[in-house]
This record gives sequence, structure tokens and C-alpha cells, in this order.
Amino acid sequence: MNSAAISPVDPTPTDWRGEVMQRRIKKRYAAERRFKTLGIGSVLLSASFLAFLLFVMVGNGLRGFTQTELPLDLDFPALTGGASASQFEGPNAEANLKSLGVQEIVDAGIDIQYGENSELFSAGAWKAVRSAILQNPNIVEQKTTLTLPVESEIDVAYKSDGSKAAEQIVAKFDNELSTGFNWNFLSNSDATDPMQVGIWGALKGSLITMIITLLMAFPIGVLAALYLEEYAPKNRITDLIEVSINNLAAVPSIIFGLLGLAVFLNIFGLPRSAALVGGLTLALMTMPVIVISGRNAVKSVPPSIREAALGIGASPIQVVFHHVLPLALPGILTGTIIGMARALGETAPLLMIGMRAFIATPPNGVTDPATVLPVQIFLWSDEVNRGFVEKTSAAIIVLLLFLLTMNALAIYLRNRFETRW
Amino acid sequence: MNDIEHIENGSETASGGVSSISAGEGSPKMTTRNVEVYYGEKQAINGVSIDINMDNVTAFIGPSGCGKSTFLRCLNRMNDTIPIAKVTGDIELDNEDIYAPDMDVVQLRARVGMVFQKPNPFPKSIYDNIAYGPRIHGLASGKDELDHIVETSLQRAGLWGEVQDRLDDSGTALSGGQQQRLCIARAIAVDPEVILMDEPCSALDPIATAKIEELIHEIRGKYAIVIVTHNMQQAARVSQRTAFFHLGTLVEYGVTSDIFTNPTQEKTRDYITGRYG
Repeated sequence: MNSAAISPVDPTPTDWRGEVMQRRIKKRYAAERRFKTLGIGSVLLSASFLAFLLFVMVGNGLRGFTQTELPLDLDFPALTGGASASQFEGPNAEANLKSLGVQEIVDAGIDIQYGENSELFSAGAWKAVRSAILQNPNIVEQKTTLTLPVESEIDVAYKSDGSKAAEQIVAKFDNELSTGFNWNFLSNSDATDPMQVGIWGALKGSLITMIITLLMAFPIGVLAALYLEEYAPKNRITDLIEVSINNLAAVPSIIFGLLGLAVFLNIFGLPRSAALVGGLTLALMTMPVIVISGRNAVKSVPPSIREAALGIGASPIQVVFHHVLPLALPGILTGTIIGMARALGETAPLLMIGMRAFIATPPNGVTDPATVLPVQIFLWSDEVNRGFVEKTSAAIIVLLLFLLTMNALAIYLRNRFETRW
Repeated sequence: MNDIEHIENGSETASGGVSSISAGEGSPKMTTRNVEVYYGEKQAINGVSIDINMDNVTAFIGPSGCGKSTFLRCLNRMNDTIPIAKVTGDIELDNEDIYAPDMDVVQLRARVGMVFQKPNPFPKSIYDNIAYGPRIHGLASGKDELDHIVETSLQRAGLWGEVQDRLDDSGTALSGGQQQRLCIARAIAVDPEVILMDEPCSALDPIATAKIEELIHEIRGKYAIVIVTHNMQQAARVSQRTAFFHLGTLVEYGVTSDIFTNPTQEKTRDYITGRYG
């Protein structure tokens, strides 16, 4: 072979080792390095944002799980006029405690010990005494010292910087003040006093709402995806449906709230602020995401599997449920995680259907008034009282943990169904 | 016979001189008359009439895009899955029109099994791959019977010895040739009458190919076998009847040895001697 056959245009052979080539190669390597540096830079930047967010949240939030406490000596025999422990055991304990008037006893005890500073303790401090008696009735027959939560401003002052008056009190009782874990935060609902608020009501509300959303959106979304991919004829109507679903996934969430308000509250007359309505509204929002990801997952099942099943005489529905759906399930679950995570963090549509109300008791059913974690965070962040700042951060931590748990569960399920090819 | 002759004449005009449509002695298992397939506006098959016999392995050969696979997929109505495909003409299985409205296509595909170009085992265990067909058709009344079907199917496909100790392993973990034999075993397990093979060896190495060919020899006679192949030597080795397709028409159909040694059509001779294809 002569060189003309290789390069008919230019008979001179390419100088692969020449200066021009070396410059080209250098340029190519430089471009590669630039790209790599930019990539590493953007990863580091986003990682540091995330780290900063977590640091601030955890730093502030962990304080929200603790409370400042002050010991209070209670001379029960003198204060109660000789109540016996047996009164506070068994089924009548609650009623007997009520007639005893724990709140008055605690107020009297505070007056005796701290007299001039009767504003020291949280307004809910007597509840701690009440539960202490229920736990161990014997304490009413003796002199007892209980550590009780202090008033919110003092709590803030003790943990960080508070008002001048509160700082003075902290300085005065510095030796006696201590920090304990705030169990009430995990079991209470919303309250006006930051020392008494809890996350349980919102957490339970979120849980119920999410279950309703999942129960509505998942089956409907999956069935819609399967029908559209496997059965529906390809024509103008299905094209229109496809475009509508894609658009629906991009609709701002507050509009779904208006839709929920108009349909579920006004037309169907469902109760306001209920987890049922919240769940249905969020299901409307989540469904398109599940349909879209479900269709993609179904589409990505290799046609050879369908042919194999059809070839040995499986009916279309057997092909779908025995082969296509199990293979598409991991992809569908991925879409469901994304949709549910979005629904869990959603506030705007729930504001429209009244789930921003002040709700002091956890919901016991789907139609009870409820609130959800993001709405609770939104409400607390709006409060004037400084005690709510750390409670807001603590609620964010709870929300993030909820999200992580949900995602971990979904990823576990997805991996279980994942098929190795 | 009158009927066939009439149609024979019909196909004569359509395809320009087919030597015969008959499959030889005995009554044919499947008959096709004037089959035409359209993909939308485009005509893929043009008036093909052919008989398929129980005792023979019938090979379809021809250059790429000549319609042999399309025609094969008409025989168990796999073309139904393509929305734009339209099939006209008569295709009969045991004198039953398979495109008749009352024909159950699910049962038809059990009776006319298919093996595909690329081995496509289900991503399930070897056992479940074989047992799936009998399960959905209710062919086994108990676990023992199902075990028996699985074993005999694998034995017929010559795979039993290689997999009997690992029936719980995934079917996709087998080698390509083993996967293809697994697919043949899966087709056999539902006890079909006809097995269609669409280039079953094109993704396999020569040794695996030889095993499949051996297998085809062994199961010949139990099932009517139709095989589409690009490989003319393979057609010569495994088949008793060969049909040569070109541009959607059936050019020549006859005894394999005649087709390869003494073709009546010029196009067939050109193809077999490698002048195009």
C-alpha cells in the first residue's frame, strides 16, 4: 500500500510527534483538568452547604430537646393535708388527683421556697408533679424534692442569651439550675408556652396524612402507568392524557391546595383541617410523579421478556402482573420515594385546607383536626417568643429524621425487589 | 385439493413462480394461503402460501429484511403485539383458521411455541423458567407432576445434566447457549404442537450452535419445527424443507437438498452461491 491510498488529500504523512500535535494534546489535557476541577469544586460547594445546614440545625435543634430545670422541695404531708398514697393507685387515681388540686399545691410550694420569684417555673410545671405522683404515689406521704422545668425566658437565658431580668435570675440560681431531657417534647402537641410544646401531634398528623397519600396515590398511579404503557392505544386522547399528566407534575403545589379546598371541602363537605383531606390533596400532587416514573420504569422492561411470556401463551394481564410489574417495581418505588418526600415537606396546599390551625391534641383518626410537621415548623417559626426558635429547629430535625426513615424503608424495599440481570 | 390448487395458482401470480407450496407426504400441520403483512402503508409480506409438515424441520432462508421473521411471527400471531401490523390471507393450524375471531390467541401461542433470536430467560430461577408455562396453563396438578414436567423438558432440551444440581439458580446466570436451550425447554414444557425458532443460534458461538442443532434433530418429529436462519449451512444441516424468501415474497420452497443443489429459480441460485445477501 502506498501513502496515497491512506491519505489521498495530503500525501505528506501526519507528523504525530510534531509541535502542533503536542500543543493539541496539551490543550486537551488542560481542558480535562479544568473540567475535573470544576466538578470537584461544585461537589465540595454543595457538600459544604449541606454540612453547614446540618451543623446549624443540629446545633440549634438539639437544645430544643432539652429543658432547664430547677429543684423544688414539696412537703406533701403539709401541703395536701395528709393524703395517702393508696388514693393515687388504680383506676380512680386520675380523678382523685384532680380533686386534690395539684396545681394549687405546686403554686403553694413555689411560694414557700422561692417566694418573691414565683414566676420562676413554667406554667406547666405542675403537670410534671402530677405525672411524678402517678408514677410513684408514695411520694405524697413524705417530703420530696422534684426538679421542674423553669419558665421559658429563663430557659432561653440559661441555654444562651436572654433578657436582662432572666439573666439576673439565672445568675442568682446558677448552682441549682440544671439541664434535663425534655420528654414532653416527644409526647405533647402544640401549645402557647414553648416549654410545653411537643412534636407528637404534628408527627402523628404527618404519619396519618402520609399513609392516606400513599394508599391513594400509589395504587392509582401504578395502575394508570401500567394501563397507559401496556394497554392504551396510541392516539390523540392518550397523547393528551400524557401531556396533561406531565403538566400536572409541574403545577405549583398551592394550586393543588385550592383544588382540595374546592373539591374535598366545598363539594364533598369533608371536615376542615383533617388528615384525610390533607392526604387526599397531597395524593393529587404525588400521583403524577408516580405515573411518570412508573411509565418510565414499565417502558424500560426489555420487550424480550414480554415476548418470552407471550410466546408461551401468557395472557396480557399475566404478562403485566407476572413479569412487567415485578421488574418495573424498583423504578416505580424510586418515583414513589421522590413523590412522597415532596408530599411530606409540603406546606402550601395544606394551608389552603385549614391544616394550619392551632391544634393542641394529637389526631386520633383521619377526620380529627390535625397538623403536619412542615406546617408546625412554619407556625413555630412565626412565633414571637424566643423559646420557639430552638423548638423550630428541633421540629426540623424530627422532620428530617422522618424523611430519612421513610427513604431508608423505600430503598430497602427497592433493593429487595431489584433483579440482577 | 381443488381449493389448494386454486390458491396455488393465486400465489403463482403473486410471487412469480413458486415451484411448490406442499410440504410433501402426509397432511400438513399448518397451511398458509396468500398471506400478506402490512406495517402501516408498507407491505412486508406479499402473498406467501406454504405448508408446514409435522415430520419436517422447515427452514426459512433469505437476505436480511426479506420478511422471513415477519412471516414466522404470523404463525403464532406475535405480530398482534405490533399495533400497526395487519395480516391478511389464511393461516390454518390443523384446519383451524388462527386469525378467526373465536380463536383464543393465548391458547394458540401455547400450541405454537416460539424461541427467539436473543436468549430471553425470565429473571427467575431455572425451575421457575420452565414451570411458568405449565403453571399458567394448569398442566400440572401437583408439585410432583410439575417437577416431572420440568425434568423431562430440560432432558429433551439436553440441559438436565448441566443444571440438575442448581435449579434454583437464576436462568440469566447461565451461558448464552445454555440460556437458549433453557428457552427451548421452556417452549417444550407447555407441550406445543409447533415450535417456531427465530434465528435461535445467531447470538451463539459454534459449539453452542452445534448443540442447538443436535437438539433440533432430536426433537424433530415430536413437534413441527420452523426455523428462520441466516446461516445457509445451518439450514442445510437441520432442515428437510427449505423456503427461500426475497423482498417479502416466497421465491422457492422445496426439499432442502434440492434447494441447495438444484434450485429452480435464478434468485435462489444467486443467493445460495453467495452472489447477494
